[in-house]
Amino acid sequence: MTWGSWSEFFAMGGYAWYVWGSYGVTFALLGLEVILLMKRTQQREAKT
Amino acid sequence: MKWFWYASPETFYPLAGKIARGCGIAAAVLMLAGLYVGFLVAPTDAQQGEAYRIIFIHVPAAWMSMFLYVVMAFWAALGLAFNTRLSGMMASALAPTGALFTFIALWTGALWGRPTWGAYWVWDARLTSELILLFLYLGFMALQAAIDDPRRADRAGALLAIVGVVNIPIIYYSVQWWNTLHQGASVSLTRAPSMAATMLTGMVLMALAFWAYSIAAALVRVRCMILERR
Repeated sequence: MTWGSWSEFFAMGGYAWYVWGSYGVTFALLGLEVILLMKRTQQREAKT
Repeated sequence: MKWFWYASPETFYPLAGKIARGCGIAAAVLMLAGLYVGFLVAPTDAQQGEAYRIIFIHVPAAWMSMFLYVVMAFWAALGLAFNTRLSGMMASALAPTGALFTFIALWTGALWGRPTWGAYWVWDARLTSELILLFLYLGFMALQAAIDDPRRADRAGALLAIVGVVNIPIIYYSVQWWNTLHQGASVSLTRAPSMAATMLTGMVLMALAFWAYSIAAALVRVRCMILERR
């Protein structure tokens, strides 16, 4: 195991902004696409 | 094989739903596995410290951005050649997800470039050609959105997509053709990868997760388009 504690994990060896900025934006965008697609599916299926 | 049976949107619709569900579940499981290996198993990099952990999404996203474009152009070309309704829809359904992964590749690249190169952005051949890829995706989507008749929109978009394929080898070989700041490929088919096995495992898991995600997203979108165009 690489991490001694949670705070060490969140600090990412001083690279927190770069690492969490990457992962945060990536998963936020993927999640947004999933939500938009689910909404679109619901709308289309409700019409037919 | 009844390939042409599934070329009809009506028969493809239920099949697409089943594949999308399977791929969606696979994507979630693979992502969790990839995150586990990427953050808890893979060791700290000797040179870059923890900043290198961006690799687990940066490289798979960059692969997907190029691969999805080729698949999109393939469907577009098929639609032009055989005039099948589903092909054009497949091409249009892939574009937003492709654009998304291109943006993720650029964004994570910027956040990785800052601590390693000292700059978020440089006008380097690899970065510039990847930015052009983003504009190709956005141009394709804007062009299709501007044309009301879906069949005409498909044909116009197809032409743009096919011409844009020339950019893919430029992105891929840019690190060899030009003297770039961006490093060369760490993984290739012809030689052993130049990275630790656990790092490679995490990257492959994430790449598979993005594959499954892209298939699921594109198929869900194509199902919506089938209903919209009916």
